[in-house]
Amino acid sequence: MQLPWKKKAGWAMRKQARKVAFRREIPLIVMLLPSVIILFIFSYIPLFGVVIAFQRYLPSLGVLGSRFVGFDNFRDLFMLPTFNQVLWNTVYIAFMKIVFMLVVPIIVALLLNEAKNQFVKRGVQTIIYMPFFMSWVILGGIFIDLLSPSTGAFNNFLGLFGIEPIFFLADNNWFPTVLISTHVWREFGFGTIVFLAALTSIDPSLYEAATVDGAARWKQTWHITLPGMMPIIVLMTVLSLGGILNAGFDQVFNLYSPVVYESGDILDTLIYRMGLINMRFGLATAAGLFRSVVSLVFIVTSYWLAAKYSNYRVL
Amino acid sequence: MVQDKSTARRIFVCFNYVFLILLALLCILPMINLLAVSLSSRSAAEAGLVGLWPVHFTTYAYSWTMQNAEFFQALWVSIQRVGIAVPIQLFLTITAAYPLSKERSTFKHRPIFVAYFIIVMVFSGGLIPFFIVVSRVGLIDSIWALILPGAVNTWHIILMMNFFRGIPKELEEAAFIDGASHWRTMAQIYLPISLPSIATITLFIVVGHWNEWFHGIIFMNDPSNYPLQTYLRTRVVTFDPTMITGDREAIRRMMEVSNRTTNAAQVFIAMIPVLLIYPFLQRYFMSGLTIGSVKG
Repeated sequence: MQLPWKKKAGWAMRKQARKVAFRREIPLIVMLLPSVIILFIFSYIPLFGVVIAFQRYLPSLGVLGSRFVGFDNFRDLFMLPTFNQVLWNTVYIAFMKIVFMLVVPIIVALLLNEAKNQFVKRGVQTIIYMPFFMSWVILGGIFIDLLSPSTGAFNNFLGLFGIEPIFFLADNNWFPTVLISTHVWREFGFGTIVFLAALTSIDPSLYEAATVDGAARWKQTWHITLPGMMPIIVLMTVLSLGGILNAGFDQVFNLYSPVVYESGDILDTLIYRMGLINMRFGLATAAGLFRSVVSLVFIVTSYWLAAKYSNYRVL
Repeated sequence: MVQDKSTARRIFVCFNYVFLILLALLCILPMINLLAVSLSSRSAAEAGLVGLWPVHFTTYAYSWTMQNAEFFQALWVSIQRVGIAVPIQLFLTITAAYPLSKERSTFKHRPIFVAYFIIVMVFSGGLIPFFIVVSRVGLIDSIWALILPGAVNTWHIILMMNFFRGIPKELEEAAFIDGASHWRTMAQIYLPISLPSIATITLFIVVGHWNEWFHGIIFMNDPSNYPLQTYLRTRVVTFDPTMITGDREAIRRMMEVSNRTTNAAQVFIAMIPVLLIYPFLQRYFMSGLTIGSVKG
């Protein structure tokens, strides 16, 4: 049995203890403050700024003064004659990039794993990661020059086989292929590392056992290596689904031109032109919000799947 | 392991090496072509004669670039940008990673802050509200527009935090018993041990800021404020869709107006810093990446 005053004292003591604990936390919170403030200004305020998507926004009136127009901007967006094409381009380019960024790095990792000469192995690894660290401005400069129909080295090379020069960057039949292949060219080395790390963690005794049982090399690859890599393959597949609307703004922006809008214009470049060139803030924000919401659904679903099936946690 | 030396196996190994070396060449040839063009004579470049080796070797393009005031102005902006961004971003990364690396028993409100950092990682207001906020804060045409908006990099914080977590608890407990504060523990216990990962993150920040060009385009009105990559994007890699009407011939003419060798030289110079720090970057790359992204 507990007396009322005793209970009260316990509560006061607990309150006191909580206060002390909180005081010990204060330096930790102070440390976080600069980052918290910067994120608040440059990430949280823009987050609330999405209300512009529901306004006829005028810079002179600001967010608080502009008139609300409901879903008019979204209606205008979906009515745009190019919207369906742009959405299709985005999903197609992003999806193809995801597929090739799984297949190519897996194959390269498997082949690198077979190379026993350490000098070759390290050398090749060092070189294939390098393009990843170049910006798309630089790579744009390189590819615009390289793929030029009259002076570009690539068309000269094709000419050796009797192929007529192709204007890759101004041809709607070729442009998506150029985007996908140059993206893979830049990033497959980066993807290879993850799979190579997974390969080296496979228990070597499995291979020894298989060799004793007389399994050929390709059979070992099929029955030991690939199953051993499966968790990481599943994980990478799932996580990359979050990027289904991310077709690569930097790359497209540095390689495209009006002649290839039909095949290469994506949501992000459309948003940029609508908003910052044509100054249609409301419409562009609506497009941005549409993109964010769809991406969010994909990201949350993919992280949920990743957590469920492979115990993946970011934090 | 028992090595099988069948003919089929030997052929495979041979082809494998050939393939891997071709793959590496594929990655490096476009850059070699760029260098060769930059060192060739104008006429050879325009005639499309240059492959992997300079034709009519000349350093004209580089001496031209050395006299290009715009190029040096942009280079100076980039250097300032990297110089200011590195200390600020390192400070923010470390001061955010330290508290977030604590267990809930020491830092009860940690989940709130974790949520605060994660929310803006998965959901953003998009380009337009971001642009409006930065311009309303008054950063247009200021170098701070290139530094502050992206100063908190959650990936770097996660990387650093995971490293801090690997440091034995006994070290900080000993420091606390001796009466050290959190700030002091961070500065005198955590930082000295974490120098390798701080070096890694520094390299990431340097490369990130060196390569970033989009903020220069949207936040800078005056071209003399452009960082190098933005200068290259607007003046050299002139394939600007907003300036041409969509006429195929106009684009063709525009692409063929030949400053080919000087363009190549400027692009190549912009690559040099990345090429120089690449060997160091690569050394930390694998460990850094695997710590940060994929655990078990």
